[in-house]
Amino acid sequence: MPLLELENVEASYGPIRALHGVSLTVDEGQVVAVLGANGAGKSTTLRAISGLVRRRGGISFAGRSVARARPESIARAGVAHVPEGRGLFDDLSVHENLRMGAYARKGEIDRVYSYFPWLRDRGTQQAGTLSGGEQQMLALARALVSRPRLLMLDEPSLGLAPIIVEELFRIVAELNKQEQLTVLVVEQNAEVALSIADRAYVLETGRVAVEGTADELRRHEGVRKSYLGY
Amino acid sequence: MRRALTVFNLVVIAVLVLACALIPQHAGELTVQRLTYVGIYFIALVGLNILVGYSGQISLGGYAFFGIGAYTTTLLTLGKPGMELYGHHPPSWLPLGNGMHAIFTIPIAALVAGLFGYAFGLPAQRLAGVSLALATFAVAVSFPQILKKFENVTGGGGGLNLNLPETPFGLDVSVPHWLYYEAWGTAAVLALVAWLLLRGRLGRSLGALRDGEIAAVSSGVNPTAYKTFAFGISAAYAGAAGALFAELVAYVNPDTFPASRSIILLASLVLGGVGSMYGALLGAFAMEYLQIWSENMPFVSKEASNQAPAVTFGVILILVMFLAPYGLAGLLRRVGRAIIHRLDTKTVALSQSRRAEA
Amino acid sequence: MILFTVSEVAQQVVSGLATGAIFGSLALALVLIYRATHIVNFAQGEMAMFTTYVAWELMHRGMSYWPAFALTLAIAFVGGIAVERVLIRPVENKPILAIVIVTIGLLIALNGLAGWIWGAEVKAFDSPFPNTTWDVGGVAVSTQDVGVFCVCLVTVALLWAFFRFTTVGLAMRSVAINPTAARLVGVRVGWMLALGWGLAAVLGAVAGMMAAPSAFLDPNIMLVILIYAFAAAVLGGIDSPVGAVVGGLLLGVILNLLGRYVDFIGSTLRLPSALAVLLVVLIIRPQGLFGHATVRRV
Repeated sequence: MPLLELENVEASYGPIRALHGVSLTVDEGQVVAVLGANGAGKSTTLRAISGLVRRRGGISFAGRSVARARPESIARAGVAHVPEGRGLFDDLSVHENLRMGAYARKGEIDRVYSYFPWLRDRGTQQAGTLSGGEQQMLALARALVSRPRLLMLDEPSLGLAPIIVEELFRIVAELNKQEQLTVLVVEQNAEVALSIADRAYVLETGRVAVEGTADELRRHEGVRKSYLGY
Repeated sequence: MRRALTVFNLVVIAVLVLACALIPQHAGELTVQRLTYVGIYFIALVGLNILVGYSGQISLGGYAFFGIGAYTTTLLTLGKPGMELYGHHPPSWLPLGNGMHAIFTIPIAALVAGLFGYAFGLPAQRLAGVSLALATFAVAVSFPQILKKFENVTGGGGGLNLNLPETPFGLDVSVPHWLYYEAWGTAAVLALVAWLLLRGRLGRSLGALRDGEIAAVSSGVNPTAYKTFAFGISAAYAGAAGALFAELVAYVNPDTFPASRSIILLASLVLGGVGSMYGALLGAFAMEYLQIWSENMPFVSKEASNQAPAVTFGVILILVMFLAPYGLAGLLRRVGRAIIHRLDTKTVALSQSRRAEA
Repeated sequence: MILFTVSEVAQQVVSGLATGAIFGSLALALVLIYRATHIVNFAQGEMAMFTTYVAWELMHRGMSYWPAFALTLAIAFVGGIAVERVLIRPVENKPILAIVIVTIGLLIALNGLAGWIWGAEVKAFDSPFPNTTWDVGGVAVSTQDVGVFCVCLVTVALLWAFFRFTTVGLAMRSVAINPTAARLVGVRVGWMLALGWGLAAVLGAVAGMMAAPSAFLDPNIMLVILIYAFAAAVLGGIDSPVGAVVGGLLLGVILNLLGRYVDFIGSTLRLPSALAVLLVVLIIRPQGLFGHATVRRV
């Protein structure tokens, strides 16, 4: 049984329909990537799962339907969503942000320092004053504090230098390998996303256009031409 | 469907105008007087609507400009001789003249109030949101106090008595009816003016400023000019309303214009529906009649306690916001849209079935 | 001739600080709610007045001061939560003017209700502080003023500690900063908001009970104090808790000094002149003394 299953999900922002029936599955222990151009509906998919946008259709997490659940309960059930823009509490300190990660699910902050040792020294620094890359790491660390069952990342590479992106994805891949952390990552940077993914979906204007394993997508001519550049 | 809407609006307006003209013939004197108040408040609310609904600024001080208009009319109708008769000695530089009929004071009262409004708008445009709300409220709160302080001009706490209203030009109309037609005639003219202004550049610029100031400014809209103009014209309308009010009531004093009335003015506009003329009209009715109903509700009337009507009033405000957060006009609009939608789909279905038969 | 001696001025400053502490407490209540929800709770003063009447009722029935004080705070807390859940939650996503009108409706209704239940005649309200004065280096300081100042300060300090050191306080701060992100870490935002209203009501109750002894209790005492609190909050920066307290204290002192030493002002123009001072500050610095200048990103 998949950990996360979407069945024909529609989502709208007011009168504007953004998703026109998206179906996808994420099995436990997998890394699944959602690719696509701007406006394809990738972020909306994550927001639909988290309950941040009006949605219809079947969404089940760990066997239970969450199609009508509020964002707070979905988070408490073990879905850690790192949104576009990172969703940090800018005016709070690094340590306070991490404490908020532990709020709902009795997490442990110390665990996370092994992946991000530098966070220990920056505990009192205001989160808003960190660099872009550091903020993304902090957002990821905060998500991990809650020992989530599913980690959802929304465009983590946005605005970051390639070397930082590489480091970030290396950590995510390691988390998946060492702790069997299930990951759903939405990315415009198809290459780096496919490098750590087991399976992937390509969205176009709110619908799934292509799906398959990472290898299959890398060989798929349309995907190569449109998203991988060769 | 747009044509249907325009036709519908024209029909409604025609009916309203007709009703307005004919009511005094068939209604009792009390109703005529109450409806005169409604007309007066309507003028003030049309002005407030321009400020709050179209330019998106907030004002908790509208009634102060209403009061400025009222006092202007009072001073002008009394004139120097009238003031001295009552024992007041206004400064000589004030151009009071010898007293004139109230109807001529309306444009002057509007102008005076408008200038004060504009003068307030100039520094106030640096403020927004909560700060602006406070600033306008400061005006409302300070107004009665300032009136009390400058006794020479305003008659201080004791206020000023106007001469009782008279029908001018020797017309054969009773005084209450004259006052009614004067108020509604002015209201019609001013509403038309507002409508024309808002249809044109003013309305578009204000709307642009309200919806996205930076974008509007980049497109060449001068925020200072339009924002202060909105304050000025809103105050002018309130002033005109105040002028009619003073003529009707024939007595003004600082306690006639407390800060709470400014709040009630805004609340009435919101109840009626911000952003539309119909909203201003419904709000004017609310402003006059809500208080009366609150005082006559069973169990919660003045008999239970002097304070009981206030409870009703407050509860009604809350309930209306629950049921119609866009005001009564908003509610009617939704109902109307639903009806038109039904009719639309029915006609489409009808024409489709006719085509199928053919 | 007005005595412009140091001890005179000091006296005015001290009593100004006491009234300022009351303004500051109510202003902090306004800021608390505004930070979390961007709503100005116009009914904050009347909620405070109503809970003060509750305290009066408790003492009238024989309860001694401090137990009645504590019980009133508890009632205010529950009342604040109830107001948020019952009256504000249904309209929280509606246009801001609609929410404003709901709070105004509550203001009017509470004012009427208090008059209905307890009558409009003025009542005496006990003060826990003796009616004495201390001599501090030539300045006559009233015990009442010191007491009021201390009670308000302690309340504010306890609240500060709550926000700084507890997890729930941290969660509430996070809601004020980024409610969506708070949801995503599992914070029940709705209940945090209700909690904020509860705490604000407690602040209001303290302000009311501190103001009542000298002002005598009637349904309208908090109306003017609300205006001053509103002014103090905006002066300090409507989103700054520190600003609210400092703004309140400053306003209290300015009011006293203006009323005493500027002849033209006297009692009629006290409020308008304080507001005028405030507006001048705002025009120079629209975000208030401690507020954040809004940087608008295009």
